[in-house]
Amino acid sequence: MTATQEKSANNGVNVEHLIGARDALSGAPEGAQFTWRATNKWVHGTHSESKVEEFFGLGDNQTHRTTFEFSADHPEVFAAEDNGATPVEFVLVGLASCLTAGVASVAQNRGIQLNSVTATIEGDMDILGILGADPEVRNGFNTIRVNYEIDAEATDQEIEAIVAQSQKRSAVFDIITNPTNVAVSVNA
Amino acid sequence: MPGSVTRIPTVVIGAGHAGLAVSHLLTERAVDHVVLERGEVANTWRNERWDSLRLLTPNWQTNLPGFGYAGDDPDGFMTMPEVVEFIDKYARHIDAPVETSTTVESVRQNGDRYLVSSNGRTWDAAAVVIASGGFNRPKIPTVGADLPAGITSVSAFDYKRPSDLPDGGVLVVGASATGIQIAEEVHQSGRPVTLSVGEHVRMPRTYRGRDIQFWLDAIGRLDERYDEVDDLVRARHIPSPQLVGTPDRRTLDLNTLTSQGVRLVGRLSAVTDGTAFFSGSLRNVCALADLKLIRLLDMIDEWIVGSHEGLVDEPERYADTVVDDNPVLSLDLDDGSISTVLWATGYVPDYSWLDIPVLDRKGEIRHDGGVVTDSPGLYRIGLTFLRRRKSSFIHGAEDDAIDLTGHLAGYLGDQ
Repeated sequence: MTATQEKSANNGVNVEHLIGARDALSGAPEGAQFTWRATNKWVHGTHSESKVEEFFGLGDNQTHRTTFEFSADHPEVFAAEDNGATPVEFVLVGLASCLTAGVASVAQNRGIQLNSVTATIEGDMDILGILGADPEVRNGFNTIRVNYEIDAEATDQEIEAIVAQSQKRSAVFDIITNPTNVAVSVNA
Repeated sequence: MPGSVTRIPTVVIGAGHAGLAVSHLLTERAVDHVVLERGEVANTWRNERWDSLRLLTPNWQTNLPGFGYAGDDPDGFMTMPEVVEFIDKYARHIDAPVETSTTVESVRQNGDRYLVSSNGRTWDAAAVVIASGGFNRPKIPTVGADLPAGITSVSAFDYKRPSDLPDGGVLVVGASATGIQIAEEVHQSGRPVTLSVGEHVRMPRTYRGRDIQFWLDAIGRLDERYDEVDDLVRARHIPSPQLVGTPDRRTLDLNTLTSQGVRLVGRLSAVTDGTAFFSGSLRNVCALADLKLIRLLDMIDEWIVGSHEGLVDEPERYADTVVDDNPVLSLDLDDGSISTVLWATGYVPDYSWLDIPVLDRKGEIRHDGGVVTDSPGLYRIGLTFLRRRKSSFIHGAEDDAIDLTGHLAGYLGDQ
C-alpha cells in the first residue's frame, strides 16, 4: 500500500520482531497481559529510592538485564535536599522516552532513516494545588508541551506523521491523557 | 425436527443490497436458492436510520449487478426512501426469490449441510450466505453504563430527528460520518452540542471539481484488496469518512461544526461520579486526520498529472482543524448543561442466531475475504473491507458477490 516500505533504514528497531509478536499475541491474547513493577523505599525527607528489576509478561516473570535504580527528591526551593529528580519530572521523562521510542519504531516501520531526534518537554503546574492553598487548583499538570527536533531522510510532512503516529501508539501518552484506576493499599 | 423441511442448494440471509446482488449472481449461475428476510426488502435502510440521512456515495456510483441509477441527478445523493425504492426496484428487476417477514432464528451444521430455521420452517442447504448487514446493533462503549440517571442516553441506531430529544445540551460521542451529521442538525435545533472526537477520517465532499468518491475510485483506493493491504485488522476498523450527502454537495468537517458553535472535546474515556472525562489527545487525533488528508490529496494530485491535467480545477489545501488551546477535559453531567448523550460510536453485526463456532473473541466472524474457512459452504458478505475497501458501499457489493458466488458454485460442484 505504501511505497516507503521499499526504502531501507536502520534505526536499530527490530520491527519484524514486533510485528511477529503482534501476530502471535493476537492469537494468544493471554500472553499479552503484562504487569510492570517498581519498588520504592523512603530514605530521608522527601528523598526516596526506586528499583526496577522484574516484570511479568508472555505468561512468565521476566527480569531486566540489570537492576535500574532511581533517586527522587524535591529541589531546594521546596526546602528539600535535591538528591534526585522531582517525581513529576520522572513523568515528563517517561512521556518523552516513550514518544521517542515510538518515533524510532514508526520511522523504522516506514523505512525512514533517522539522523537525530531530540525532544524538550515542559509541564506547567500551579503549585497552589499541591500546597492545598486553593481547592480549585488541581495538583497535576495543566498542560504538557513536547517539542521535537528531528533530522531524518524524509519530508517535513512525513516527520510530522511519524510523531503523530507515535503519540497514537504511546502507552505513557495514553496514561497521561486518559484516567487510570489507581489502587493504593497499606499493610499496617 | 418441527415443521416443514425444504432441501435447497443455497440460503441467502438478508434481502438488502448485498443479499440481492448475491441472489442475482446465483440465478445467473442457475444455483437454486431462497433469500430469507426478517422484515421487508431493504429493512435496515427503511427502519434503522435517521430521517435526514442520505447515501455518502453519489448516484452515478450507486449500482448493483445489472442495475444502475437511471435518474436525472447523477451527482445527487439518495435519501433513505430513495434507497429503499432503488433496492426494491432491484429485487423486482432480478425477480429475487425473497421470503419476507422470515426472521432466521438459528443456523446450525448438520454433517456437511446447514439447517436454517425460522418460525417452524427449516431449510436444509449445502451453502449459506450471510448478508444480514454489518450494522445491526449500536456499539456503545462500556462507559455508557456509568451515566448518571438524569441523562437521556440514545444511540444513532434509535435516533430519528432532533425534536425527539429533550431540550438542553447534547454530548454527541463519535465524530465519523454519523456523529458529525447528527451533531450539526442537533446543534441547529437549538440544543448546544459538545462533540467528543476520537480517531477520524477527514475528507472534502468535492476536490478539484469532482466528488471525492470519483477520485478515490480513480486512484484505485476503493479497489484495494483485503489480501494486499499491509494491516487488514486496521483497514477493517477505519472509521467511515466525515462526509455528508447533500444537494449542494457541501463539505462537513470539524471546522464547519466549530464555526457553528459546536464545542469539540477529546475521546470520552470515563464517566465517574457524574463527571465525564475526555482524553487529552484531541490535538493529536485532529493532526493525524489533517496529515492523512494531505497525503490523500497528494496522491490524487499525482494521479491527475498526466491524465486529467488542465481538465479539472486547481489543487487546493484545507485549513488545519482548529483545536482550542485548552480543550475541556471534563464535564459535570449533573449540572444540567447536558441533557442527552448521543452515541455515534459505531455498529456491530448480530450473530445471536448463528449456532456455529466461527466467531472470534471479539464476536467478529472469522473469514477469508467472505469465505468462512472453518465452516465450508458458509459465506459472509457486506462487511467493511470484506474483500475490498469499497465492500461496505452499495457499489462494492457487485465485485464481492461475483467472487463469492464463484467460490460457492465451485464448492457446490465439488459436493
